[in-house]
Amino acid sequence: MTDTALSPALGPTRSAQFRDRVLPFLAFAAVLVAIPAFGPSRTWLTLFNSMGINIVFALSYTMLLGRAGLLSFGHAVYFGLGGYLAMHLMAAIPEGVWGVAGVFALPVVGFAGGAVAGAVIGWPSCRRAGIPFAMISLGIAELVASAAFIFVSVFGGEEGISGDRMKWFDPIAIGGLEIDFTMGPLGDVYWFIAFWTFLATVLMYAFTRTPLGRMSEAVRDNPERAAFVGYNPQQVRYLVFIAAGGFAGVGGGMAAVNFEIFTPENLSLAPSGFVLLMAYIGGIRYFAGPILGAVVLTWMQSSFSAYTEAWLLYLGLLFIVIVMFAPDGLAGVVARLAKGVTAPGAAPRLGRWAGRTVAALVALTGVVVLVEVAVRWSGGYGETFEPFGLPLPADEPITWVLVGVPIALGLTLLRLAATGDEP
Amino acid sequence: METFVFSVLNGVTYGLLLFMLSSGLTLIFSMMGVLNFAHASFYMLGAYFAFTIGAATGFWVALFLAPVLVGLIGAAVERWGLRKVHTNGHVAELLFTFGLAYLIEEIVKIVWGKLSIPYKIPPLLDGPAFTLWGTDYPAYRVFMLAVSITMLVALFLLLKKTRAGLIIQAALTHPAMVGHLGHNVPKIFMTVFGIGCGLAGLAGVIGGNYLVTDPSMAYAMGPIVFVVVVIGGMGSLAGAFVASLLIGLLQTFAVAVDATFFDLFGWAGLGAMTEVGRISISSLAPMLPFLLLVLILMIRPRGLMGDREF
Amino acid sequence: MNSAMNSAVTPAIEIRGLTKNFGQAEIIRGVDLTIAPGERHAIIGPNGAGKSTLFNLVSGMFKPTAGEVRLHGERISGLPPYAVNRRGLSRSFQVSSVFTNMTVRENVRCGVLWSMGQKYAFWKSVRASRAVQERTAEILAMVGLTDKADLPAALLPYADQRTLEIAITIAGGPSVVMLDEPTAGMSHSETARAVALIRAATAAKTLLIVEHDMGVVFGLADRISVLCYGEIIATGTPEEIRGDPRVREAYLGDEAGLEAAQ
Repeated sequence: MTDTALSPALGPTRSAQFRDRVLPFLAFAAVLVAIPAFGPSRTWLTLFNSMGINIVFALSYTMLLGRAGLLSFGHAVYFGLGGYLAMHLMAAIPEGVWGVAGVFALPVVGFAGGAVAGAVIGWPSCRRAGIPFAMISLGIAELVASAAFIFVSVFGGEEGISGDRMKWFDPIAIGGLEIDFTMGPLGDVYWFIAFWTFLATVLMYAFTRTPLGRMSEAVRDNPERAAFVGYNPQQVRYLVFIAAGGFAGVGGGMAAVNFEIFTPENLSLAPSGFVLLMAYIGGIRYFAGPILGAVVLTWMQSSFSAYTEAWLLYLGLLFIVIVMFAPDGLAGVVARLAKGVTAPGAAPRLGRWAGRTVAALVALTGVVVLVEVAVRWSGGYGETFEPFGLPLPADEPITWVLVGVPIALGLTLLRLAATGDEP
Repeated sequence: METFVFSVLNGVTYGLLLFMLSSGLTLIFSMMGVLNFAHASFYMLGAYFAFTIGAATGFWVALFLAPVLVGLIGAAVERWGLRKVHTNGHVAELLFTFGLAYLIEEIVKIVWGKLSIPYKIPPLLDGPAFTLWGTDYPAYRVFMLAVSITMLVALFLLLKKTRAGLIIQAALTHPAMVGHLGHNVPKIFMTVFGIGCGLAGLAGVIGGNYLVTDPSMAYAMGPIVFVVVVIGGMGSLAGAFVASLLIGLLQTFAVAVDATFFDLFGWAGLGAMTEVGRISISSLAPMLPFLLLVLILMIRPRGLMGDREF
Repeated sequence: MNSAMNSAVTPAIEIRGLTKNFGQAEIIRGVDLTIAPGERHAIIGPNGAGKSTLFNLVSGMFKPTAGEVRLHGERISGLPPYAVNRRGLSRSFQVSSVFTNMTVRENVRCGVLWSMGQKYAFWKSVRASRAVQERTAEILAMVGLTDKADLPAALLPYADQRTLEIAITIAGGPSVVMLDEPTAGMSHSETARAVALIRAATAAKTLLIVEHDMGVVFGLADRISVLCYGEIIATGTPEEIRGDPRVREAYLGDEAGLEAAQ
């Protein structure tokens, strides 16, 4: 019996599966392989490496929040513990060819560290979902971070511990091919990051297709019902928690090799909050959501912070807007846009959306002027915000016109658009 | 004896400050199911507002104006923010307040700067109230005690003696029922959220100059307030009161204890100079509340005096 | 089937002295009930009689205050729901309780997985087992949801959601099926279809059903128990129940319902 003959009864066809499940990964791999061909600068390579780490971290977080419905405020604990374990092992790895291979394999160690931490901490955490789970994760994150500052011999105190990923060896030739891959230069690290990002992404996607992965979503939607088809919701949550801890540890192992330093800050509440932002802003109901979130936020982090001191404020605003108006995240917006273009009646719908986007952008202009003027005013260095050469000091009326008018206009237009939609 | 009495006094003062923060959060959490992550941010706003208003009007006017202003902001946040997210469930609400906390911290940094501000105790109270065993006890702490107790009594009277208080009490234990009684639930929610935030603001006004006023004060206080609410129990202001004093005393005493793990466990063979042996009890003080949080949620999820589990 | 009180056969469900208190309130007061394998047993009673509580006690959602429940002779009272389910008892819910974010097929598959030994597997695809796929397709075909298999469950019309509820309940091949008001809120024709489905789906299984529609009850059940204020006041064949004066008394306000059944 061929698969196509069975298809109406047993599920999507093989070609549909290829299109929806295999093709996106091939495209992802192609992008990863193509990037070095453009000869990116060191800055870009550094950025790409951070993106890879954050993609893995955010995807692992989504295993909890998106798939199992568990809101964690302490996911960096597993990232950090996996990373620390990798750091300690990196120091123990000898020089030489096998040393390089060992460093390359460190994310496996990170996985083990994160998974073991997940197994230990998950046991008391996963009995309840919802708010109690969130609170326990918060408490444990505080405890682990405080403990990390106390146990200096393991965590290195404030300075953390640093290592050296380069396990030097003379270039060797295998079959006439000279191997010169020492993990030292950023370009080598890029391949390391790309390899593990791709592998971890594939594995985490595969996880969603397993019985456990499917049941974790069932438990999220309806734990009571899941119990009445034979599954123990606590057990499902616990196993998913371990897996999520393990993949966070993979990210930690990648970070250990990439940054060559780990500090107790890495497992504190701040990175735990950042991974929540990445996953949620990207969109936790779409597998690609956290990837998008990680790419966008990592890019914002490195480029916005150079332009404006207020980038964290913009980040917070973005997050609140997403929570309030687009709970499916950026991926949800993209998906709706794609649907809006292809579905019938596209022209008037797109027109409406374009109108609303313009209105939102107008309001945003006002907000940006307000924030930037305020930042410079409070900086106290007598700086003035000069967009396009137009100076906007805090005490000139023109400034406040440029703040008030766009905000009022934009909000009015948005409100009009909203009421216009009502039937 | 001396250390003990002063520790009790300090512990009670700190505990009552915690209660002022956690009473509002307990009200909000029990009635609306919203664990307001930004609650401590309103505490921070209270301190900053008092600093700015106080610079123009003096401390005593700011003592009243700042909490009212914070309460109004809280009500506005509920009306135009939280209410919109409400339909998406409690996790969405928690995320919203998480983002709000983030936002308020960044706004404070921009408006008042990243460093701590010189928000000072008013000169009138800047002296000793009494002297015990040759040690001065600051007048400001007595003032804090007085404000806290006044607030406690006012809150008690509001809940027990007024009609609105009765509705709030009913809503504390049976949130689903109030709507059936024909009351305007959204309006009650908005009011309670506003009052809760106002109380947090008041705590900020009298706590900011006692502790420190900087952009990280919300981050430092926030988790502890959660701990108090969880330990106290859902729907129980009395529980929050007991838990506040408990945490206040616990932290104050732990800081005052001059012992290390070696002193405690030396008999079991723990070396004085080992890493574990050198850990002092006082350095663990900040960790204790979180240990309690995790233990309570594991062992007794309804808290000390809660009437239902989370 | 009617005279299935043969003591040589181990009862499918045996309830002894089952009691449940919520605080001061006694909701279930010493219920005794024996249901033979293969029997179709209905529980009726006025609103607030404790039918749903009894269901929750038997299926493991609540722990009884006193008394016990045995499934094929094995004590199951006090076991958590998933353990009860693994022993072959499956239940549906009064309010549709499906996995709303999944497709119809995935919903049914969730019901199949454990019974086909998939457990918490994380090393193989959910589609790897041909047996699971075929069983899922079989159930879908049986309940007539094959052509809606790839729709999200949340988008199904009400009657189809109720059907899906039954499909999930029987998917794991339980020996005892408990249905909580399966036809509630359905139109006349939908109810008729649902009854036919229940008949087919629970053939050779033991069925315990709570239902308000007396037409459904008297048409489907081999025996009926009447629950009133937490006590069973009568158990018997549909004819016996129809003629029982105590039942008439309990249903005084609900006379129309009984008459409709006759």
